[in-house]
Amino acid sequence: MLGAVWVLLLVLGFLAAAYQGDIGLVTQGALAGAAKSLDLIWGLAGGIMLWLGLLALLRESGLMAKLARLLAPFMRRLFPDINAENAALGDIVLNFCANLLGLGNAATPFGIRAMQELERDNPEPGRATDSMITLLLLNTTAPTLLPTTIIALRAAGGSANPAEIVPLAFAASLFGLAVGLLAHWAIVRWGQGNG
Amino acid sequence: MAEVLGRAVAWLIPLLLVLLPLYALYKRVDVYAAFCGGAAEGLALLLKILPNLLAMLVAIEVFKASGALDMLLGWLTPIAQALGIPADILPLAFLRSLSGSGALAMTAQLVDEFGADSFIGRLAATMQGSTDTTLYVLAVYFGAVGVTRSRHALAVGLLADAAAFIAAFWLCRLVWG
Repeated sequence: MLGAVWVLLLVLGFLAAAYQGDIGLVTQGALAGAAKSLDLIWGLAGGIMLWLGLLALLRESGLMAKLARLLAPFMRRLFPDINAENAALGDIVLNFCANLLGLGNAATPFGIRAMQELERDNPEPGRATDSMITLLLLNTTAPTLLPTTIIALRAAGGSANPAEIVPLAFAASLFGLAVGLLAHWAIVRWGQGNG
Repeated sequence: MAEVLGRAVAWLIPLLLVLLPLYALYKRVDVYAAFCGGAAEGLALLLKILPNLLAMLVAIEVFKASGALDMLLGWLTPIAQALGIPADILPLAFLRSLSGSGALAMTAQLVDEFGADSFIGRLAATMQGSTDTTLYVLAVYFGAVGVTRSRHALAVGLLADAAAFIAAFWLCRLVWG
């Protein structure tokens, strides 16, 4: 899918340049884009490394596990068909917390582990369960209190207050999650939900 | 409203910077080594991002420099204006669910072009932060456990993205209009 979008952008660019009678625009654009990616990485590098360093402290100090325990009751409500002893619940909470802290890379291993636990109890292996779709929605909307990359990007862009968008992005994310969950539950309850 | 929010958030990071290492020290973590280990993970992450960023930026720049983007936006602008949405943000809304690094590159592009504290710059960052890359997450999570019948997962994921974008737009307009 991503590959198709990538090729589409290139082909449309080629066609548009040919149509405008200046094919050199393609070469210029390609080289400019390549150069820009390095500038961009350079601007982001310091911020990302700083945050991942701090977040390692969060993990090592056990604060992340504490957060996980705090959120467990809320998670049980979202995943009614998982019983309290299931190991998936702990992984789901850690996955959610990692997302909350903007740790996408840490969230993924927890999320995959949770998926594996859910698949083990799946009466129909290979077919997504309701809980799996809920977990997926938690990760596609991924409400984040510390979107570190974006804060770093805004700082690199010279923002007076790079973090000011955080409350808005978080609220928008929760709204998206709520809409997704409501649709999910509505489909499970009234729709066929097969496939 | 923006100022109060901004000031509260401005305290968040300095406090974290001081309290987190202090707490870790109190918990007898080898704070310096742990911090450096985390930063090294960041370096690995950057190396993983760079090729994606380069590939996407090359395609996006070709798409832009050739005039293709202007043509597309020319067609979409009347629709967006009818809905009260700035046309410059449209490509990001399309890309966000498809490609995390591509959308990140486009957000960087908009911030660069309009300024980090412009309305477009703020809206782009808010949209970028309001959701994750639905197609990627679906592929990774379901792919990892061999779930092939995803039922309505993609549909509700994309619906959630659309809802988050609309919310981001209205919130930004409310605060910075």
